[in-house]
Amino acid sequence: MEMRSAEFKTRSVFAIHDGGLQKAMGMLRDGFVAKRTVQAAELPEFEQLREEAKNLKNHILDNLDHYLERYEAAVTAAGGQVHWARDAAEAREIILGICHRVGAKIVTKGKSMVSEEIGLNEALIEKGMEVVETDLGEYIIQLADEPPSHIIAPAVHKTKDQVSDLFEEAHGGPRKTTVPDLVNEARQVLREKYFKADVGITGGNYLVAETGSSVIVTNEGNGDLTQTLARVHIVTSGIERVVPRLEDVTLFLRLLARSATGQETETYTTFSTGPRRPDDLDGPQEYHVVLVDNGRSKMLAGRFRDMLRCIRCGACMNHCPVYGSIGGHAYGWVYPGPMGSVLTPLIKGLDNAYDLPNACTLNGRCGSVCPVKIPLPDLLRELRHLQHKQKITPSLQRHALSVWRFAATRPGLYHFGERIAARILAFAGRKKGRLRKAPLASAWTDSRDLPAPSGRTFLEQWQSQRGKS
Amino acid sequence: MSQARDTILGAVREALRRGPPDNATRASLDEKRFDHTRPSQDDDPVERFIRKFESRAGTVGRVATLGDVPAEVDQHRARFDLPKRAAVGNALKALDWPSDWTVHHGAAPIEETLSVSLASAGIAETGSVLLASGPDSPTTHNFVPDDQVVVLPVEHIVRWFEEAWDRLRQREGGMPRATNIVSGPSRTADVEQTVQLGAHGPRRVHVILVG
Repeated sequence: MEMRSAEFKTRSVFAIHDGGLQKAMGMLRDGFVAKRTVQAAELPEFEQLREEAKNLKNHILDNLDHYLERYEAAVTAAGGQVHWARDAAEAREIILGICHRVGAKIVTKGKSMVSEEIGLNEALIEKGMEVVETDLGEYIIQLADEPPSHIIAPAVHKTKDQVSDLFEEAHGGPRKTTVPDLVNEARQVLREKYFKADVGITGGNYLVAETGSSVIVTNEGNGDLTQTLARVHIVTSGIERVVPRLEDVTLFLRLLARSATGQETETYTTFSTGPRRPDDLDGPQEYHVVLVDNGRSKMLAGRFRDMLRCIRCGACMNHCPVYGSIGGHAYGWVYPGPMGSVLTPLIKGLDNAYDLPNACTLNGRCGSVCPVKIPLPDLLRELRHLQHKQKITPSLQRHALSVWRFAATRPGLYHFGERIAARILAFAGRKKGRLRKAPLASAWTDSRDLPAPSGRTFLEQWQSQRGKS
Repeated sequence: MSQARDTILGAVREALRRGPPDNATRASLDEKRFDHTRPSQDDDPVERFIRKFESRAGTVGRVATLGDVPAEVDQHRARFDLPKRAAVGNALKALDWPSDWTVHHGAAPIEETLSVSLASAGIAETGSVLLASGPDSPTTHNFVPDDQVVVLPVEHIVRWFEEAWDRLRQREGGMPRATNIVSGPSRTADVEQTVQLGAHGPRRVHVILVG
């Protein structure tokens, strides 16, 4: 998909003034966030599991080449085929090649963020194939011709009325207005597609080195219908998703549903191991896995390795006040919220996504809920640092920071400056106790008043209080 | 695409600042077992299974022997006024199905309304059933019909997933082509986070415990 992260500020302003979006985002807070809190509290071992998951992921990353080779051998032994893709273009080419060879006309898709990352739908459509997203949320945004705004709830920004409009236009009337009727209508339409599909494409949450299985987790069962009924099943997954053994999948599963949707478990967890066997009565005739690097091996090398632990649960965005205010589209690419603000600059370039690491209050909630303990605030700060070093940060800001650093490393000078500023601001705001305008602070004062300081700095007050006690 | 394979594995090793692992390292990695924490359970596994499965809108019945299964399935059928037809897994073929039913043992076609399958395991931890694909239990039975009935002998219930993995490893032929862990009816919350059952898969899942 087209990369629009450079428009972050403009898109954020639109998002904040979009009534429908604001209504939808309010439901996100009441839903996922509240449910996760309950689930985490009900499992006394939750914190212990987070620590173990972090350590296991680190072990896998330290030995990634070994586990990938073991995984490939196991897939081959089960009759499947593994393909390696260095970047998005190569991944698209591999999948187009398979589709072309088997004469695919209809391609159904279970939810796959990697397929979004590699821009697969556009490529398939361009070659004349009919592509049908089958996850209800993905189906809704496909009809709306929009990218997902959340990695596990792609249509979280849509209200029911908007879905009614989309379905009426796509399916013809009569217009459905209740959630059961809308879901049922999509069920009937998509049912036909599963049975007609030539190729079914799904993601792979985990790739099990021991057995050569790929794992998907869904609530709807769409991924299973997609991969069972098509003639050919293609799995798209990042190289970091391999795990050694079945027991290791279990560890992540215990964290995933709780962190993602606030459920103890999702409805369906499926392990797929190779194509249809000689005595099977159903299942795909071919089974392919496309392992995508696309910047991941580069991430492994440096200080952003922690990011490769990500299990794509979405808890970080659910708990992010910035995401909660502007939704996912403002971020301008596939991955939104805190994890997206780290991944997008790393995959698409620091200069192409300047605003993302900066649109963070460093409140730390994302890091505190991450099931694999990725230090997201630290990584975002690190990206800012890199932007500064590479002179991607605007020069005014860099100079301002240099001035600030000069002062901040000289406490005498710093406190002197503070005392002057506190007194000037207190004088300016002496009547109302607040300021309608302040130099260099228009970003704040454009939309609200700045409270005026009392006239004395914190340090001055602290010292005089201490003198009293 | 072996060139891409070599490039990616090479880049991974470069990032890790080492060459390919030697045989001794590989052998020790293959032997490595992580002993992950299992969530504690102090209740009876069968009771726990029932409570958990029902908490997600699944239903559970219980009969004494396998021979009682057809009558229990017929009760479910009558309750929802379903046609007298079913896709029954080969594993349950020998049961005495009502003579006025149309019963078949193949994959489920699009018009299938009811399926009956035998579970390989029940997992008390989350209240989930595990179905292993094969001629005895086609995968389409788990997803195509509106109503799915799963037969679960109580001795197949284990406490944790880890025990179910051991059972899979001991199976003839090892890992099935598809291992489906089902924890209730299909559901979605993609429209305004409102939970709706019957998204794409079964609208109702009824487990019959045997024993």
